[in-house]
Amino acid sequence: MSRKIVKGAEAMAIAGKLAKPDVVPAFPITPSTTFPEKMSEYVACGELPNTEFVPVESEHSAMSAAIAASATGARTCTATSSQGLALMHEMLFIAAGMRLPIVLFDANRALSAPLNIWGDQQDSISERDAGWIHFYGENAQEGLDLMLMAFRVAEDKRVLLPTMVGIDGFVLTHTSEPVDVPEQKAVDDFLPQYKAEHCYLDPERPTTVGAFAPPEYYMETRYQLDEAVHSSGPVIDEVFADFEKRFGRKYSKIEYYGDRDAEVVFVAIGSLCGTLKDWIDEHRAKGQKVGLVRIIVYRPFPFKELKAALANAKIVAVVDRSISLGYGGPVFSELAAAFVNDAKRPLFKSFIIGLGGRDIKLNDFENIYNAASADLKAGKVNEKMHWVNINKEML
Amino acid sequence: MVTKITKGCVIYNSPTSLGNKTGGWRTMKPVVDEEKCKKCNICWQFCPDSSIEPADRKANKAIKINYDYCKGCGICAAECPFKAITMVMEEK
Amino acid sequence: MADLLAPGHRGCAGCPASICVRQVLDAAGPNTICTNATGCLEVMTTPYPETAWKVPWAHSAFENSAAMASGIEAAYKALNRRNGTNKKPNIIAFAGDGGTFDIGLQALSGALERGHRMLFVCYDNEAYMNTGIQRCSSSPIGAWTTTSPEGSCSSGKTQRKKPIAMIAAAHDIPYVATACISYPQDLKAKVKKALSFDGPSFLHVFAPCPTGWRFPSEKTIAMGKLAVETGVFVLYEMTDAEPMKPIVTVKPKEFRPVEEYLQAQGRFAHLFKPKRDEVTLKRIQEDVDRKLKWVGLKP
Repeated sequence: MSRKIVKGAEAMAIAGKLAKPDVVPAFPITPSTTFPEKMSEYVACGELPNTEFVPVESEHSAMSAAIAASATGARTCTATSSQGLALMHEMLFIAAGMRLPIVLFDANRALSAPLNIWGDQQDSISERDAGWIHFYGENAQEGLDLMLMAFRVAEDKRVLLPTMVGIDGFVLTHTSEPVDVPEQKAVDDFLPQYKAEHCYLDPERPTTVGAFAPPEYYMETRYQLDEAVHSSGPVIDEVFADFEKRFGRKYSKIEYYGDRDAEVVFVAIGSLCGTLKDWIDEHRAKGQKVGLVRIIVYRPFPFKELKAALANAKIVAVVDRSISLGYGGPVFSELAAAFVNDAKRPLFKSFIIGLGGRDIKLNDFENIYNAASADLKAGKVNEKMHWVNINKEML
Repeated sequence: MVTKITKGCVIYNSPTSLGNKTGGWRTMKPVVDEEKCKKCNICWQFCPDSSIEPADRKANKAIKINYDYCKGCGICAAECPFKAITMVMEEK
Repeated sequence: MADLLAPGHRGCAGCPASICVRQVLDAAGPNTICTNATGCLEVMTTPYPETAWKVPWAHSAFENSAAMASGIEAAYKALNRRNGTNKKPNIIAFAGDGGTFDIGLQALSGALERGHRMLFVCYDNEAYMNTGIQRCSSSPIGAWTTTSPEGSCSSGKTQRKKPIAMIAAAHDIPYVATACISYPQDLKAKVKKALSFDGPSFLHVFAPCPTGWRFPSEKTIAMGKLAVETGVFVLYEMTDAEPMKPIVTVKPKEFRPVEEYLQAQGRFAHLFKPKRDEVTLKRIQEDVDRKLKWVGLKP
């Protein structure tokens, strides 16, 4: 293991290199561009002697080529962000439907219009229905580690699903942090070569890949795929445990931070949790109890873990860095729905924060906490969704 | 028989289209005059439905229509330079 | 003479796409992997769990047959290095004219420029047939389609056919050719030549569609011959040794009148009935003459 100071996007590329992919088709887009740059450099300098880097002409072709390469039997990864992920949309569903273990690094970024290159999680959260496994890191180290684990989970014979790893654009992708880089040998042991058994393109064993399914088959294919995403959960736990054993860093589908018996509990994803943890530390120093549930694995949705973690909460402040326009926070709606049939359930309150790179400050969490506490005290949630740190004078 | 859905709908035992006997679509039927067939296999080149067994000049074997799949398009009859194939009404 | 496309597929009677595939695969042989854009060919040959393909075949979407072929070629290169093997199957991307001229053009251009060892075969039936005969940039002047209908204000498609082979050749790739399913020897020779290059090649195959062009199913081959004999479609090839210089491979002794070709198809019927549309007929003739001049078949 060596310690390096790198920007988040480079940490993702280092993970990509350690995984020794066979094929990397990629198209640059801010703030993920470091990934294709570094991967092409590793190939050019002989650090990835077997890898084929394919400088495709669009994200659509990146995912198309990734699908074809993976269907041929190659370990395949790529990276993108925002509009690029949106352009891949069609192909994301296809990658999952074909059960291809492609790994994708998504630099989480806002979607147009208006065009905005900065961080939020709208891009990948909008792809939650595609049949991919979703991992989200809080910092560069987690991004690197989750990226390595993504290959292992995706390629597991019990899973065989594409997996995306998101880290927040700029706040993580372009911030230098110290990361522990595992030794190649240790990664090789953790991540054995991909051997395609279900999908291959080989003239000696002709297969037909990507047939269309008429109504008498289609619904069963979706059932099977949904079941596959759900049942990847235990494999993810297993891979997290094995990673901890080998590399010493512990992962779980969700992380609980703060007081277990807190009445007000935050739920959030990604880098804002780092700021939130600081606020929680300050808050607890004042003797007040508060908790945070950070979602690391968003798909499969960690129902069991979330219910256990929120068993003592009286009110849950769901802080979404994306929005389902015309409804509200996506994580809020899913989380609230997960509890809807439970006799004993907390109140849920929705907050929208940090869209398009809007700064997220300690004071924002103070405001969220106060709004949630007030509702709790009133015994009734003010249903109006809260837009955090919004300048009403502009509206 | 119920088809078990394979992972990702990959089809392994190709060709599985053989179970679909498209011969049932036919209204006109090609009939080969083996005497006239010069075994040039031009009809084989042009058959859209892979429904012609090629002729074998050495074995003096004329072409043979596979009526299980022939849809009766009439290309073979139209293209045979020796008029060895005629289209007749399908009797069912 | 082994068929690499099995019977039992659901193509229309007289379908040119399956004839095209049979001829291409007959030339390429079994050591071949195919990709296929969404379209008639894909739909008719692979309704799960049926497949008519005896060679490995992959489809994912409409616009990306060339990108898929890129991925397969890259995977073989990488896996050969990883496993110490030297497998070099032919990689053939199939697409109709919609998946080539229109929605697939960007992916095609990208793949040609990157130089992947692959052959892209466009079977051109001059409209979006799978969705029910809509206009394509491949549709010729005057053609009726369901989105270029004839009427008191329209004579069918107004615009010229996009010169796709020239566009492919403009990528400065090793080999570009046009072919027609009615000339199998010429087509197969071109497939073999295309596959001999260690780079991208493009084959534009003229494929008359009885369903979409409104002619009887037994005339598929005759219609292709008529297109070549009237000069409507020219069979030629180009290499990067002499960029953009077409070498004609099938030269009709003399050209038959273009109207013979037009009158044989229902999609041009409005050019003749109820009265002759002289303006459009002249445009079509001029377009044919211009192309024949470019290939050197007319002064």
